[in-house]
Amino acid sequence: MLHITTLHYLILGAALFLLGVIGVLTRRNVVIVLMSIELILNAVNLNLVAFSHYWQGMPARFGGGPSALHGQIFSIFVITDAAAEAAVGLGILIAFFRNKETVNIDEVNLLKW
Amino acid sequence: MVIGGILVITRRNPVHSALALIVTLLAQASIYLMLYAPFVAGVQIILYAGGIMVLFLFVIMLVSIERSMKERQFNSQWVIGIIAATALGGLFIAVYTKGRDIFPDGPPTMMEGDNTQKVASLLYGQYMFAFEIASLLLLVAIIGAVVMAKKRI
Repeated sequence: MLHITTLHYLILGAALFLLGVIGVLTRRNVVIVLMSIELILNAVNLNLVAFSHYWQGMPARFGGGPSALHGQIFSIFVITDAAAEAAVGLGILIAFFRNKETVNIDEVNLLKW
Repeated sequence: MVIGGILVITRRNPVHSALALIVTLLAQASIYLMLYAPFVAGVQIILYAGGIMVLFLFVIMLVSIERSMKERQFNSQWVIGIIAATALGGLFIAVYTKGRDIFPDGPPTMMEGDNTQKVASLLYGQYMFAFEIASLLLLVAIIGAVVMAKKRI
């Protein structure tokens, strides 16, 4: 039976981060790009909570102990931040769609020279 | 969770991508439960899967998808994107195989009964300033979203 260490969670977080990066760089639809950004933020959250769990097992003279939940609090703030950024990003998307009637990022070229 | 992530970035219909992202978020909440973090799992389900994804689905319904589903799906620079992502993946593999021995065996299992109390004591004690700044950030985001989506300012 495989013993699940912290490294497995980190590898899972890295895989999700890679999928999010591929989604941001590759897709044409703006909504799917925004959803890939949410995937990236989720991967970061997974890393934070995995490290917080690792810190809980460390002895207290290093700053660990059973109430060292700093990673979890950081991840709560990251979720809050992702909510705010998703709201503003979707507002920008709606404003852009009202002007140009398309959701391709290949056609966002009003500032190109 | 990885299958959900792959489905998010490869579906043609954005509604399918949103549903796959909801599945990914729920799977991530279950992994948080494995990591003895029930408060973060609850916050993830309520806020992320229940708030942000509903916002995404509203915007997908507002933006017309029939015309965008018939066009090409992938970007015009997808080759460079795949190359860059492969480079990043190679970097991750190099880092994780080099530092494999840093983390010893998993820490002993611990109870999660008073996780919410400990999170609250840290959040309102040591991280009080960040908490207030986060509420200010949400206020700014609300004002920004309303201004961005208005017809006439």
